[in-house]
Amino acid sequence: MSMRSTVSTSVLAGAVATALASFASAAPLTEAEGKAAMESGKEKCYGVSLAGMNDCAAGPGTTCQGTSTVDFQGNAWSFVAGGTCASIKVPGDRQGSPEPLTRDVPA
Amino acid sequence: MLPAELRELDRSVQSSYAESFAPALLDPGRVTPAAVAGPHGKAATKRYNVYRNNVTASLINALAAVFPATQRITGTDFFRAMARFHVRATPPVSPLLFEYGRDFPDFIERYEYAQSLPWLADVARIERAWLDAYHAADAEPLAPQAFAPIPPEHLGNTILLPHPAMRIVRSRYPAVTIFSANRGRDPFGQIEAADPEDALVTRPKLEVVVRHLPPGGAVFLTHLMSGEPLGAAASAALADSPSFDLPANIAGILAAGAFSDVKFGG
Amino acid sequence: MNDLVTYRATPASATSRFPAHPIAGLAGTSFKHEHLPAILDEGKQEGFFEVHAENYMGAGGPPHDALTRIRRDHPVSLHGVCMSIGGPQPIDKTHLARFKALVDRYEPTLVSEHLAWSTHDTTFFNDLLPLPYTQATLARVADHIDEVQVAIGRPILLENPSTYVVFPESTMSETGFIREIARRTGCGLLLDVSNVFVSATNHGYSPLAYLAAFPLDQVGEIHLAGHARQTDDEGDLLLIDSHDGPVADAVWKLYDLVIGRCGPMPTLIEWDSDIPDWPVLRAEAAAAQAILDRHARTFTQEKIRASR
Repeated sequence: MSMRSTVSTSVLAGAVATALASFASAAPLTEAEGKAAMESGKEKCYGVSLAGMNDCAAGPGTTCQGTSTVDFQGNAWSFVAGGTCASIKVPGDRQGSPEPLTRDVPA
Repeated sequence: MLPAELRELDRSVQSSYAESFAPALLDPGRVTPAAVAGPHGKAATKRYNVYRNNVTASLINALAAVFPATQRITGTDFFRAMARFHVRATPPVSPLLFEYGRDFPDFIERYEYAQSLPWLADVARIERAWLDAYHAADAEPLAPQAFAPIPPEHLGNTILLPHPAMRIVRSRYPAVTIFSANRGRDPFGQIEAADPEDALVTRPKLEVVVRHLPPGGAVFLTHLMSGEPLGAAASAALADSPSFDLPANIAGILAAGAFSDVKFGG
Repeated sequence: MNDLVTYRATPASATSRFPAHPIAGLAGTSFKHEHLPAILDEGKQEGFFEVHAENYMGAGGPPHDALTRIRRDHPVSLHGVCMSIGGPQPIDKTHLARFKALVDRYEPTLVSEHLAWSTHDTTFFNDLLPLPYTQATLARVADHIDEVQVAIGRPILLENPSTYVVFPESTMSETGFIREIARRTGCGLLLDVSNVFVSATNHGYSPLAYLAAFPLDQVGEIHLAGHARQTDDEGDLLLIDSHDGPVADAVWKLYDLVIGRCGPMPTLIEWDSDIPDWPVLRAEAAAAQAILDRHARTFTQEKIRASR
């Protein structure tokens, strides 16, 4: 950390003044604009805000008192992802070559 | 209490029903506990399995509620299978289910069948941070005017107090883009992204907001969160990222409501 | 048991943050956040709302904002799900303190918990697990209820469970156990009529016999919920207390009988998964309210006759 450059008082003061000025004049993006910018992968700035979705508005971690979903035993065929991941291309993933399911499935 | 009751209490404490009932709840390899039976001499296997199922399914449901984007990415079957392993290995230790799942992103990172989705754990980390922000204590975010009374020579030593809801998630992958596309129900096209993305999660009022941090932003914020003054945090961010834009970052943390107060001059 | 009646009629104190809304003879629903906009659009509802205490044990944020809005205009019932009162180990003091803080903050009209356990050692199982009915468990459950009631400064209502297995070590009936708990601790009872029906079916006894043996004079609230159907090892019907659908006809009939015997009681429709749109849930509560109102008229006439 000894290599660290230091920020002078005048630089800081100027930065704060610029920040407050831009803050006063900035118009926040709409959710749709923000989302479009995020999805394009080009937006690099705090200016984009993504509102939290309301899927979990019921309070994730909601206690449930009873269930009739049968789920305590495993299924052998549930080890290949099948959601939206096919539309996500990120360098480094191994999308093209799904792992062969050679292992026995725990009960 | 009667002496007879005392004797029975003693005996029962030594071999309690919970001791017998609990271990097989999350272990399908165990047999039905000896302490239970069906009525009128009936078998208890399927009856006890109702509890096994309630426990397992409700805890998987709890993870699905905390990690909806993760589930959408993998699909329900894959997610529930992955969550089932985690629920069995790491059941909750608190009755507050909104605290559950803190270890799930690390589990995803190690989960054999998720290795082809190396960014999935970071998406889950953003979701866990989202829920922390959702339940965090309420506080007024820092108003821009709070900087007005600070003399310029004190700015470098000014300390910012983090808002209780503020969280940062750093990723080597485009986790924010993937999170945002999958958090809603809207369909989306192809995501092709390569750059690492850091997330800032805040909840200045009632709505949780996830933002994409610019270069150096996460270093700047992490140093501020740990109580380092503005000057030192800015220096650290510049050292990390030469393109760090200090005015934009100060404006950004104000807009995001990432901090709740400032301290300067002593 | 007289002090129970006094407690139930707690008026808003001088330090109250919320108005005291009467709950007598009202039907209510589980409060689900996705219904909040619809509820607020319609304005003040006739009935009450019940919340699971544990969902409001976070520090802040939307849950507390929503509950505050609801509590301002409606009676609220605080329903604890995870106190593990029926477990062999001591009550979690941290959890009890959180529970007390909620009671103090929201001044609920009713406070209830379960005759069940959910935590063992350090693992929380998120289910209402059964216990044997013996003198030993009776003593321990009574101690736990005393501890909760002392902590929060008021009696709770204890809910009868739905169960799928029996414990051969049990030496008492469930109704005998519950009656004795209420006698020892002064707690009131939350009679879950659906649980009576589910357990009676699962264990092959008559729900009417259960209700005849149940201390109805101690009941302060009633629960109704939907159940699911499975089968046991012998292929016989096994009902699951799933809270994921409308109340069954047979349960409505039992409920009508119960209200006929103990008079109009605050009655909750529980619906915790596959949650429908607000109008569906509200209609289910309206069906309970109609039964309550019909019996309220009879009870009033009987009172008038008795006073002549």
